[in-house]
Amino acid sequence: MGRYIVKRIIYMLLTLFIITTITFFLMHSIPGDPLAHMAKNLPEQVKANYYKKYGLDQPVIVQYGKFLKNVFTEGNLGESLRYPGRSVTETVLNNSKVSGRVGVQAISLGIVIGITLGIIAALFRNKWPDYLVMFIAILGVTVPSFIIASLLQYTFTVKFQLLPTTGWGDMKHTILPTIALAFSPIATYARYMRSNVLEVINQDYILTAQAKGVGTFSLITKHILRNAILPVITILGPQIAGIFTGSFVIERIFGIPGLGSYYITSINDRDYTMIIGTTVFYAAIFVVAQLVTDILYGIVDPRIRVSNDNE
Amino acid sequence: MEKILEVKDLNISFHTYAGEVKAVRGVSFDLHRGESLAIVGESGCGKTVTAKSIMRLLKEPPAEIKPGSQIIFDGKEDIVKMNRKRLKSFRGADVSMIFQDPMTSLNPTMTVGKQIMETLQIHKGMNKTEAKKEAIELLKIVNIPNPEVRINNYPHQLSGGMRQRVMIAMAISCNPKILIADEPTTALDVTIQAQIMDLLNELKDKFNTAIILITHDLGVVANFADKVQVMYAGEIIERGTREEIFYKSMHPYTWALLNSVPRLDTESKQELYSLGGTPPDLILPLKGCAFSSRCEYAMEICLERKPETTQLSPTHSLCCWLQHPDAPKVNRSEVVRGEING
Amino acid sequence: MEAIPKDKFRRVEIDSKEAEKMARPQISYWQDAWRRLKTNKVAILSLIILFLIVIMSIIGPIISGYEYEEVDPKSLNQPPSSEHWFGTDELGRDLFSRVWQAGRVSIIIGITGALISAIVGTIYGGIAAYFGGKVDNIMMRIVEILYSIPYLLVVILVSIVTDSKSLGSMLIALTLTGWCGTARMVRGQMLQIKSQEYIMAAETLGVKPSKIIIRHLIPNVLNVLIVSISFSIPNYIFSESFLSFIGLGIQPPNTSWGALASAAQQKFIFYPYQLFFPGLMIALTMLSFTLLGDGLRDALDPRLRE
Repeated sequence: MGRYIVKRIIYMLLTLFIITTITFFLMHSIPGDPLAHMAKNLPEQVKANYYKKYGLDQPVIVQYGKFLKNVFTEGNLGESLRYPGRSVTETVLNNSKVSGRVGVQAISLGIVIGITLGIIAALFRNKWPDYLVMFIAILGVTVPSFIIASLLQYTFTVKFQLLPTTGWGDMKHTILPTIALAFSPIATYARYMRSNVLEVINQDYILTAQAKGVGTFSLITKHILRNAILPVITILGPQIAGIFTGSFVIERIFGIPGLGSYYITSINDRDYTMIIGTTVFYAAIFVVAQLVTDILYGIVDPRIRVSNDNE
Repeated sequence: MEKILEVKDLNISFHTYAGEVKAVRGVSFDLHRGESLAIVGESGCGKTVTAKSIMRLLKEPPAEIKPGSQIIFDGKEDIVKMNRKRLKSFRGADVSMIFQDPMTSLNPTMTVGKQIMETLQIHKGMNKTEAKKEAIELLKIVNIPNPEVRINNYPHQLSGGMRQRVMIAMAISCNPKILIADEPTTALDVTIQAQIMDLLNELKDKFNTAIILITHDLGVVANFADKVQVMYAGEIIERGTREEIFYKSMHPYTWALLNSVPRLDTESKQELYSLGGTPPDLILPLKGCAFSSRCEYAMEICLERKPETTQLSPTHSLCCWLQHPDAPKVNRSEVVRGEING
Repeated sequence: MEAIPKDKFRRVEIDSKEAEKMARPQISYWQDAWRRLKTNKVAILSLIILFLIVIMSIIGPIISGYEYEEVDPKSLNQPPSSEHWFGTDELGRDLFSRVWQAGRVSIIIGITGALISAIVGTIYGGIAAYFGGKVDNIMMRIVEILYSIPYLLVVILVSIVTDSKSLGSMLIALTLTGWCGTARMVRGQMLQIKSQEYIMAAETLGVKPSKIIIRHLIPNVLNVLIVSISFSIPNYIFSESFLSFIGLGIQPPNTSWGALASAAQQKFIFYPYQLFFPGLMIALTMLSFTLLGDGLRDALDPRLRE
């Protein structure tokens, strides 16, 4: 088990490193002048100073080295190109609090409701609860989030005037975005859980349990669920990734000042340091989420937790 | 000896997309306390379906136990008519079952100990401590070394033979009157096979449990069963004591089964015997004897009418037209090669 | 016993081959799969819907009577009417033509993306599976690392870099890591098949590796490949619309469903129909491909063969 964890951590660091490097070099490979928008009105000397400040006068490798050093020793992701003086790290952290709130709510909702619905669908296979759950799940998986979000927005804020359209501040501002964001994980978990439960139900050990006289409730909780839920844990990592990318869209629609909408703005502004910083942050979250998922799975599945020692 | 089980005119069908598959056709037999019965036949002959129906483990639908079928337990209750509540107390306590593949038959996420304790807690109402003690005792009975350690192992940490022993421990934990073993040794090595069969014999004598052994392997039967029933296409075509089936069988199918058992003294150039053809498709209505299409001795009457039952001794009977006084005589010893040492 | 005529006890010649005759007619794998698919009403419905959408994408811009880039300052933001079946946008362009023109782009991107990643993935996975050992190890390590990089991040980054926003650069961005999933799946299937004896037989007979890969391995992964393609098409359509939504995708006057949706989103509350039609098309297309994929998977699964 220990070896398993160590291996996973190494993978995580490696991936993070690679993503950071690739992002850095990609941004620096973009032709054109990163400070072009500022350069129009400034005298040469001032521009040169700015270049020096951002280290843009150095060769790329040197810049890369400095960048790595800053990130790993101070967590310093540099300064925004668009708004000099604004620390990338600070901005990222501030905005991520906002996104994080909606994100955590959405994924919690997604897991709880999704798994429950999936179980119900499997137990009532081919009867109306199954069809209903599968219908909702299919919609959640195939209809893009901006459509669902727009529909929700239209229905609840315009037609029925129940909730604020956009903005941020109160609990009520988080309701619609959370629901919109939760649609996709609910759907994914429901589908996945359903197929896992169905697969487990057909296993021999369920027949054994029935032959022992195990009652329906124990059968479901101790035998079916315990085995069906294992693979579902493995998709937790990618789900979290999905929540974050989904947030780009949701934040824009609901006017939430989160990291996602800031990311889009930086992209459109070509604020390269911001882009690099945010990307690295996202990447870090994704890989850590994947790591946590892997470790969690290792703990829950006895086949990994307790190593094989045949007589 | 009282009858612990009486199966009367059991008919079971499966409703599939292609039609109704008649898997079990009019099967009747009895089982006495402490008796061991082997049900032998090819895959698909209905033996597992019969066994599962004794515990009502078939999913109904698509399976249907036809009206008129009866499975009387201990002379008192009809298993076919048991309700859910009674079935729950019935399974695992009055009758229990062990299955073919011990790797997939045990819950991979529960310790072996907990799985045994589960039966004890459900049927005997034991608490955790009592159940754990009893589980360790059970592991000792099935000859698992180091039971105090093994009880906390997960199935994947045990070998195939040990897992099957755990299955047996679970099955006998509540002292069932009948233990059904569905191909218990098919997935195991030959040496382990012998150990498991010995264990079953031991338990049978110790606890006076009746055992129904389902198998396609006559070699396993030779050392084990008191009575043997041969099934083909959903029917019992011959039944008798072990001696009668091995030394005095009269049905061509039984002969074929006996001949298929590889023997140590076969000449090296001799071909292994195999019966040509495949069992009939059970969706079709069967006219005549089910075995006729593969039988060397088939006669016209065999294709037209089902044979009647001939009683050769109080314990030995079969269904075959060769028994009819007008049928040509076939010498058994010319057909069945050698004897299998029972 | 009743009397039975003596001649009934004559021996009959039994042809054991007759006994092996099966009651149910034998049909090939593909015929069986097609039969099963046909009975799946949902899948057939999806197929029909997709067919209609494709047809409309081809003829839509032609039958509408307007050019998709044609600007009409006099009819800005008109709701659907008999003149403009889907209404007009903020520059007065006919939305009906624009939606179907966009359809061409989105569908082409979806299908091309899926095909590219399928082909690249299959070749890569095939080579890895065939050679096994160290080659396989290295190749799969690379895939694992690429795969763990969040897909949309890659797409975004590459789009920023290439910046030209043409169809080609978008496809590159979308497929750069998209083939990894296919590669893993194909490799897994092939490893399973490779361990079967008829491959060993072919090798022993001296058949060239490339021939073995093409003749034996690939046809047998075809069934999972078909299902995989059918699921990845909606993913690519979604990714493209996502890109457009955040401003990195197709630029005007060219358009895709995602771009239309993005432009319409801001004023959605005032002109809901502008978002409704492209949104509906995206949803319908993705839904149909997914349902079709489900149906194909059930139909092609050899274990469900009846």
